[in-house]
Amino acid sequence: MKKFLSSGYIFLIFALLYAPILVLIVFSFNEGGSLSEFTGFSFTWYKELFNDEQALTALKNSLVLAVLSSCIATVIGTFAALGLHHMKRKWAKGAITSITNIPMMNPDIVTGVSMMLLFVAVATIIKANDFMGFGTMLVAHTTFNLPYVLLSVTPRFNALDKSLSEAAMDLGCTPARAFFSVELPEIVPGIVSGLMLGFTMSLDDFVISHFVSSPNFQTLPLYVYNQTVHNVKFSMYALCAIIVATILAILLIVNFAGSMGDRRSRRAKGGAR
Amino acid sequence: MKRFVSLILICLVLAPMLFSCSKGEEKVKTLYVYNWGEYISDGSEGCLDSNKAFEDWYYKETGERVKVVYSTFSSNEDMYAKLSSGSVSYDIVVPSDYMIERLREEDMLAPLNYDNIPNAKNIVEEFRVLNCDTDDDGNGYSDYSIPYFYGMIGIIYNTTMVDKADIGSWDLMWNPKYKGNILQFNNSRDAFGTAQYKLGLDVNSENPKQWRLALEELRKQKDIVQGYVMDEIFNKMEGGSAAIAAYYAGDFLAMYENNEDLDFYYPEEGTNLYVDAMCVPKSSKNKELAEAYINFMLSEEPAVANALYTYYASPNKVVLESEEYKEGMNSIREDAYELMYNTDALKTATSYENLPGSQLALINNLWEELKSDIEISPLIYILCIGIVIALAFFGIFFAVRKRIRNNY
Amino acid sequence: MKRKSIFQRMAAAPHIVWMVMFIVAPMLFVLYFAFTDEKGRFTFDNILSLSGYSNVFVLSIAFALIATVICLLIGYPLAYFMSKASPRTRKLLMVLIMLPMWCNLLIRTYALMALLDNGGLLNALLVKLGLNKLYIVGSDFGVILGMVYDFLPYMVLPIFTTMTKLDKRYIEAAADLGCNSWQTMTKVVMPLTVSGVISGVTMVFVPSISTFYISQKLGAGKIDLVGDTIERLFKNTSTYNVGAAVSLVMMVLIIISVGIMNKFSDDDGGIIV
Repeated sequence: MKKFLSSGYIFLIFALLYAPILVLIVFSFNEGGSLSEFTGFSFTWYKELFNDEQALTALKNSLVLAVLSSCIATVIGTFAALGLHHMKRKWAKGAITSITNIPMMNPDIVTGVSMMLLFVAVATIIKANDFMGFGTMLVAHTTFNLPYVLLSVTPRFNALDKSLSEAAMDLGCTPARAFFSVELPEIVPGIVSGLMLGFTMSLDDFVISHFVSSPNFQTLPLYVYNQTVHNVKFSMYALCAIIVATILAILLIVNFAGSMGDRRSRRAKGGAR
Repeated sequence: MKRFVSLILICLVLAPMLFSCSKGEEKVKTLYVYNWGEYISDGSEGCLDSNKAFEDWYYKETGERVKVVYSTFSSNEDMYAKLSSGSVSYDIVVPSDYMIERLREEDMLAPLNYDNIPNAKNIVEEFRVLNCDTDDDGNGYSDYSIPYFYGMIGIIYNTTMVDKADIGSWDLMWNPKYKGNILQFNNSRDAFGTAQYKLGLDVNSENPKQWRLALEELRKQKDIVQGYVMDEIFNKMEGGSAAIAAYYAGDFLAMYENNEDLDFYYPEEGTNLYVDAMCVPKSSKNKELAEAYINFMLSEEPAVANALYTYYASPNKVVLESEEYKEGMNSIREDAYELMYNTDALKTATSYENLPGSQLALINNLWEELKSDIEISPLIYILCIGIVIALAFFGIFFAVRKRIRNNY
Repeated sequence: MKRKSIFQRMAAAPHIVWMVMFIVAPMLFVLYFAFTDEKGRFTFDNILSLSGYSNVFVLSIAFALIATVICLLIGYPLAYFMSKASPRTRKLLMVLIMLPMWCNLLIRTYALMALLDNGGLLNALLVKLGLNKLYIVGSDFGVILGMVYDFLPYMVLPIFTTMTKLDKRYIEAAADLGCNSWQTMTKVVMPLTVSGVISGVTMVFVPSISTFYISQKLGAGKIDLVGDTIERLFKNTSTYNVGAAVSLVMMVLIIISVGIMNKFSDDDGGIIV
């Protein structure tokens, strides 16, 4: 009886959670453009979507931005974690960590407007009225990716055996060489999970991009936003259906392919936002 | 671990590919167009994609590739904010009359070179110089703007939800019978306009007291409106999610195409006539290209396609003379053509004019006052107080328990 | 200890430079704008003018609070039941709860609105069944519902993770010592999962209080929250200053509430130990 109740509860909540998304997916196959009546099955809206150059450009932009910003953040963040690891002054370490965490703690909208104020000020000073765009987006995304990289790399550094790198240096390695050949391989899982986290955060971000973007560089979430504030075409539903399906596929593959030993990365993802 | 490695590999393979794509485009000239949403034929459902047509036409004419980056705004005020922020640049903007006046007064527009726009002759004579613009050169054309479309604001209603007896005036939008089914504009000038027309006030008044009166009227309305929206109106009216909305006449025809239960009228107290016109901002880096774009949009094929996409009234002779256009208009609704061009409302309609800076600041403040004027229902208060009390109780409970335990 | 090499000392330098330029500087800009007028003169007017927005602040806090509590009430049992499932089902449930988190918020919110709108599928069904229409969009209830729907997974996931980590032996020990299931729940499970609850509460409360898309869609632009106010004020160059003041106050509010919550978790940590 108890078992029945608990699975019933789980089922109910999941059904409610998925109902709107499922309705959207079902109606993306609707021939007529109505959300209250299903008139016939067709792929019309999908065809229209793949002819929509704006949507495809936005997808490309999103991927480029996510790859670049997460890579840059990972490089900077990993070295920062190394530096922090070797830093002796406790207060400096604490200060740097807490300042880095500001974009993670702050609501996105505040991070977004603060960045915008900075960029607008710079644009006015150097009199560049096309200042906003790819560059500002890249900076903003890298900035909010940094804390996530540090979050996943720092614990790896703390778990390192110090004597290993010291042994390497005693054997004649320079500290840089010791880092690359001894420490780096040990922290790779942390780096990778930081990279993945940054990648997904960047791909998903709307609010911060909303404030620092310009028309010449539109990402997928911005495209979706622009669609939903105007007359929504049904190709938008098709786009949503594709996004949901892709994410579901990725999640299933990641979670069910192989033994999937490292829960750590998953937990980090879970605890991230 | 394997999946991460493969993912990184994928990223590494993808990144240069994506870059090579973007690099190839660098030599292409880009034209930034900033227009109203739903205001150009976009190639959906078999119509002409005007921007693409321009790119092709330009390539054919000059052998140069050009890329149109088209983005949209949903109100004049939004457009102004973006343009004046100084961090984004556009080559073409399409504001309404009063906003053109403001941009011109603030020296944000570049004068047009009519040698590059021979198709300007297609513009109907009375639209060649707009009220908001000047003609210093004496060439018979406005210095800064070329009209794109014009139209009037009216009230769209759903015949299955609204009583015939209630229609005719602006009062419909204040009728408590339709509480929760009324949509108001989400931009200050148009929203205040509805109240001003209803009260018979001057929409260009410089008397703060009159604007206050309009604000009071909007405040009264706030309780019964479903929301303040702009282009979301399309989906809401077509889907029957709202019964009454004030919006632009051309858009009504577009909605009617998808939902024949809708109807439309111009309120008897008078309404707003607007002319949206293409302008080139001073910050444009491609003025000649922008003028080529304007010129192209005035030629027959794109002009007719745009007119049949938006259903707004066109100031363009080639459109008005086109058989295809007349047929297209009549196929939506018999009186579509009359609704846009031959109505009595046109005679009594007034235009918005630009107002002095202090007045604009006042409107802005009043609008903020309206938007931030929120009623918090007692239920919300009760719930919150309940939550806070529960939290406080828990806090005290734990603190006391901790102390007791520490005493052991 | 050995002297640190230049490499180790300088590793964090790029990060520190980045941090100062893109985290500290933007925050200083917010401060600067909040305390100056349009001409750059020092003033308190912006902060004082916020009294006009007092209702907006109260409503935002109230909505966020209510949404958080509802999420907790729904999410805690859900996480508990989920953690009781068999490992394989648990994995699947995990994927199902993460999917909405990874789907863009815009898409989910829009899907919910399309479903609940007066002319949406739900009301079409109600009318067919001969019932009255529900006017959800544009009401307080609609906005809170949107927050709960969008942020519920953020509440469930951290609680679920702490529950799966929970040492089963504690529960067995409690049972051996004569606790009934209710006592086990309140005396063992709940105190041990407080950390999950705290992070869940933070992850729901912060985005709820700063959202603008949810109130735009489900409040139909009529219910103005702090997020909407900031977004609107930052659309217009002449209101940047007031906007910065609103952002600043919101930031302070959030720091205070997160601080209070962390205090809670510290206290409880003390109880367990």
